[in-house]
Amino acid sequence: MGSVKAELLRLWKWPATWVLIGVWLVMSLTFGYLFNYLALNGGTNTRDLSQQQLISAMQPENVGAAVVRGLPMFGGAIILVLAALAIGSGYGWGTWKTTLTAGPRRISAMAGTLGALAIIVVILVTLTLVVNFGAAVTVASLEGWDWSLPGTVLFEQLAASLLVAAMWTGFGVFLGVVTKGPALAVGLGLMWAIVTENLLRGVGSLLGPVESLTKVLPGGSAGNLAGAVGGSGAPGVLNDLSGTTAALFLVGYVVFFLGAATLLKVRRDLV
Amino acid sequence: MIVTTEKLTKRYGDRAVVDEVSLSVRRGEVYGFLGPNGAGKTTTIRMLLGLVKPTSGTARVLGEAPGTPKALLKVGSLIEGPGFYPYLSGRDNLRVHAHRRGVGKTHVEAALEQVDLVGAANEKFRRYSLGMKQRLGVAAALLGQPELLILDEPTNGLDPAGMADMRDLVRALAAQGQTVLLSSHLLGEVEEICDRVGVISNGKLVAESTVEQLRGDTVLLIKADPIEKAHVLIEGSSLHGDVLHVRETDAGALVRTLVHADVDVQEVRPLRRTLEEVFFEMTGVA
Ligand SMILES: Nc1ncnc2c1ncn2[C@@H]1O[C@H](COP(=O)(O)OP(=O)(O)OP(=O)(O)O)[C@@H](O)[C@H]1O
Ligand SMILES: [Mg+2]
Repeated sequence: MGSVKAELLRLWKWPATWVLIGVWLVMSLTFGYLFNYLALNGGTNTRDLSQQQLISAMQPENVGAAVVRGLPMFGGAIILVLAALAIGSGYGWGTWKTTLTAGPRRISAMAGTLGALAIIVVILVTLTLVVNFGAAVTVASLEGWDWSLPGTVLFEQLAASLLVAAMWTGFGVFLGVVTKGPALAVGLGLMWAIVTENLLRGVGSLLGPVESLTKVLPGGSAGNLAGAVGGSGAPGVLNDLSGTTAALFLVGYVVFFLGAATLLKVRRDLV
Repeated sequence: MIVTTEKLTKRYGDRAVVDEVSLSVRRGEVYGFLGPNGAGKTTTIRMLLGLVKPTSGTARVLGEAPGTPKALLKVGSLIEGPGFYPYLSGRDNLRVHAHRRGVGKTHVEAALEQVDLVGAANEKFRRYSLGMKQRLGVAAALLGQPELLILDEPTNGLDPAGMADMRDLVRALAAQGQTVLLSSHLLGEVEEICDRVGVISNGKLVAESTVEQLRGDTVLLIKADPIEKAHVLIEGSSLHGDVLHVRETDAGALVRTLVHADVDVQEVRPLRRTLEEVFFEMTGVA
């Protein structure tokens, strides 16, 4: 418990936590509402999105879809950066040394870090929901739409959002521990989340086996889960797997990333 | 015994960085762990804290295996410079550490007081001077009133005033009965504040004793006239040019003997080897 409190205190007072969460919220509003709203109003050219699609995407009723569709790629990348920085910087600052000699077992210290990160990520997803809902209601009022609250599908979408966020958190933690620093962890993580998987998807259209593989890679699984709960219409969201299959893969990744990171943290010398 | 190690060894590749070190730290003493750069001090200390696993040999810290909660909670440490969150204030850094050590806020304030950082407690760690950073490191080590304080080169990088402050701090703690294991490559420091010393060189513990014993017996230098007569009169003396050397501590008796025999005594003084000389002899570093 002490370890969670300690980690929460230092993550809470860490400017990077709020900068990253802030950047994500602004991005999510800009791409989810601001651009759609402008397109809907001044937009003589709404490209391939019909008026109806734009309106539907911004309805308060569909806020869950708005939240989940952002997470497989861009939101995930931000969460990964947060986790990789939170874990990786401790090596350079020497805080891991302080942490691991404080008293608690290494596994408790690690559990404390993961617990605190989990709380921060839940806050991030919750804030995304709140802010998106606020934007949706604002747009609906400005436009004079009749709007209603989201149905129970919202819970499914939030659960999916949390699972996707957990996977990217785990990925960041894993990279931070493996590379023992923030820079390489963030670099590799971003590269993977934004570039590598997309490139592989490109290759996949030419090579069958690669295509099946890309569906179940971390980003692919996240995209498929988002797609399965109604989050289509954003980069990285896919519709190739069932929700259950995608969710199982994600759970597998969370277990693997966190398990491997914890094992390394417990076993490895800290020099 | 607060700390004992038995043939403690750490190899990196086929190089033994710490080589069969058997040392012991007793309750209530300030133990100086002395050695040149790269001798293996930090590696030994890391093993005492469970940060690094020994290749072979054993260590016991307060009767416990190193790195277990039982051992760690009774030890406060500062290894190779303080490790704190740069964006947090000194006080917040200690509060984070206090949560981990399971102690309350009052301990944080007491520790800040002890290292004289109350005035700067709300400043960000990033903005601290090197001396303040080291002191905060000691404050963190003091949280939870540990039975053993391990300080790895706490004066590293400090200016003379900062060094003096740090030594005063260690001395004050020692005066309260605090057991301290202090590593250093500075002889003066160890000579000034340590009760016993372990000298490590190339991974090997080459000596372990009190500072006095390490220096060896005191030799008296005698200048007298006629020197040959004095040489005959004083048993066990050896002639070095126009002075005598003798292993003897009772200078008064010596002088009386010489004066009674009508020898003029011009000078009698202890000829002390400095710890520095001893150290260079033992570690082969000049
Ligand atoms: N992880 C490692 N891998 C390989 N060699 C290492 C490792 N850690 C330490 N060493 C080597 O072990 C030797 C002893 O290092 P250590 O840090 O214990 O020395 P020290 O006595 O604390 O020196 P200093 O006074 O410079 O702090 C050094 O030569 C160092 O290069
Ligand atoms: Mg060292």
